Amino acid sequence: MSGTPSTVRTNNRLVKWIDTRLPIFSFMQDAAMDYPEPRNLNYWWNFGSLAGIMLVIMIVTGIFLAMQYTPHVDHAFNSVERLMRDVNYGWLLRYLHMNGASFFFIVVYIHIFRGYYYGSYKEPRELLWMLGVLILLLMMATAFFGYVLPWGQMSYWGATVITNLFTAIPVIGNPIHTWLLGGFAVDNPTLNRFFSLHYLLPFVIAGVVGLHLIALRQHGSNNPLGIAVKGPQDQIPFHPYYTIKDMFGLGVFLIIYAIFVFELPNALGDPQNYIQANPLQTPSEIVPEWYLLPFYAILRSIPDKLIGVLAMFAAIFILFLLPWLDTSRVRSSYFRPIHKWVFWLLVIDVVALGTVGAHRPEGAYIVVGRIATFYYFLHFIVLLPLIGWFERPLPLPESIAAAVTKKSGVPSASAQPGAAE
Amino acid sequence: MADLAHGKPGAGAALSGGHGAASRRDFLTIAGNAIAAVGAACVAWPFIDSMNPSADVLAAGAPVDIDLSHVQPGQQIVVLWRSRPIFIVNRTPDLLKTLQDTKDISLLSDPDSDVLQQPGYAKNWNRSIQPQYLVLVGICTHLGCIPSFMPQANSVSPGWLGGYFCPCHGSRYDLSGRVYSGVPAPYNLPVPPYRFVSKTVIRIGENPPDGGDFSLDSIEQI
Repeated sequence: MSGTPSTVRTNNRLVKWIDTRLPIFSFMQDAAMDYPEPRNLNYWWNFGSLAGIMLVIMIVTGIFLAMQYTPHVDHAFNSVERLMRDVNYGWLLRYLHMNGASFFFIVVYIHIFRGYYYGSYKEPRELLWMLGVLILLLMMATAFFGYVLPWGQMSYWGATVITNLFTAIPVIGNPIHTWLLGGFAVDNPTLNRFFSLHYLLPFVIAGVVGLHLIALRQHGSNNPLGIAVKGPQDQIPFHPYYTIKDMFGLGVFLIIYAIFVFELPNALGDPQNYIQANPLQTPSEIVPEWYLLPFYAILRSIPDKLIGVLAMFAAIFILFLLPWLDTSRVRSSYFRPIHKWVFWLLVIDVVALGTVGAHRPEGAYIVVGRIATFYYFLHFIVLLPLIGWFERPLPLPESIAAAVTKKSGVPSASAQPGAAE
Repeated sequence: MADLAHGKPGAGAALSGGHGAASRRDFLTIAGNAIAAVGAACVAWPFIDSMNPSADVLAAGAPVDIDLSHVQPGQQIVVLWRSRPIFIVNRTPDLLKTLQDTKDISLLSDPDSDVLQQPGYAKNWNRSIQPQYLVLVGICTHLGCIPSFMPQANSVSPGWLGGYFCPCHGSRYDLSGRVYSGVPAPYNLPVPPYRFVSKTVIRIGENPPDGGDFSLDSIEQI
């Protein structure tokens, strides 16, 4: 045999034969088994792979749902009801997909806050972070389009409100609005294009996830200490250490997901969406799905149409600038005595915004909404750059291996793989 | 401690215990994979089953009643049952006579309807309950086209006694849906389950009281 022999570890001759010609097995071995990861990743690092699994679940359930769905204003609502009542396991597919959207966002929001806490966006991982923000934007668009498809009251009026955001744009706002809808109000052409885009965007997300992973592999995963890997003593192979850790976390996650799918399938949804869309009657209260509430609260907190819309989009786009707004050179908040606490202020702030977004803008909710909106931007534009300058970080450990072996009380010279050169 | 061997980067668990007696790890690996395979099959089933006919599709396949009193002698009507065309022909005595033409019978592929393409009560020379009324599923057994009704003699070729001609690939059937040899279609046209609820009304999709439990699911090919 000429050329490079297969490096795949197997006694199976067929696998070897294929791998010599098409190295898919050695690729998987390198990427999912031997791949060295920092040895100190905690359970917050599970959420990246969980997000990937959720994307797969959403695409697979979505493909099967699309087989039963009719994207027409006269039939869409009934085709969803038929799916729930007549199609074998249709209720299961739909509840998996419906609640899957919520759990996808839960996982991704935790993933984002993890990246924020441990400074995973800092040099040299800026593009990795920005691709992640792009994925979040695509997910929001996909979720919005998907929510319109059942053609319930919230579908219709949500679509009406969100597309009307574009009328805030001076001069060209109204033509853009008409162009987006394919008509003068949300109607059949809108539903058709939203279905098309809802089917397309997940595959775009999958493509950007591919870029996200390429960027990740370039410098490897960050870790809870935020310090760079200095050698093999700082690393362990992905398999079996992180395959088993990911699998265990997945099991716990799937149990919670299944509790919602089987026991509380409509807990995260809006009952208004089980009433067929009626273009002549707006529900008494319009709220988006929970995962968009913080941004919705920012929109409503600003008493000017154009500025409100701009602020809502800015709240997401500001995340693209995070690598440069955070001036601290220390990645992990573990070593940042001030940022460690300010981080939680942001978490509280986002939860407060979400709560405000779920309620009618009256009384205290208006006040809290405005304070929380103000703090959101203050946090990123003022506090983050300032803290980076004034904060005195704790001393960083010399290496990951030194830090983890000291903490667990194991002498660093014994029994640690790769420690003895 | 062989169990610690995997601590070395790259030495996967799969390699331990390759030779010699089966280890505890081999057992756990195989048991774990077996459980995972069962779990995967359980997850796959709802997805696969969702593509089977749904309750509303099955309900739409309920039996339908057809009034034959409007079908003129020599006329064919086509009705839909379970999304399939059902041919109903009022055969005149002249047309019935062609089914017993010995020269023509010798050209048929399955003249005695031995292949299960019809219920037992239609396994006879005219493939029907009452010879006057032919009831067929109008789908060519070759590749699913709808054969044309050509009752006129010599209308398809010289010597043609009347029957069905499939425009897609030229398959030919006689006026009881029996296929001729030498054409692409392998089997006779199927006869659906049906019964007479009165002298002139038939119910398609239901067997006669003493007609057994024939269904199109059990035939050779639709």
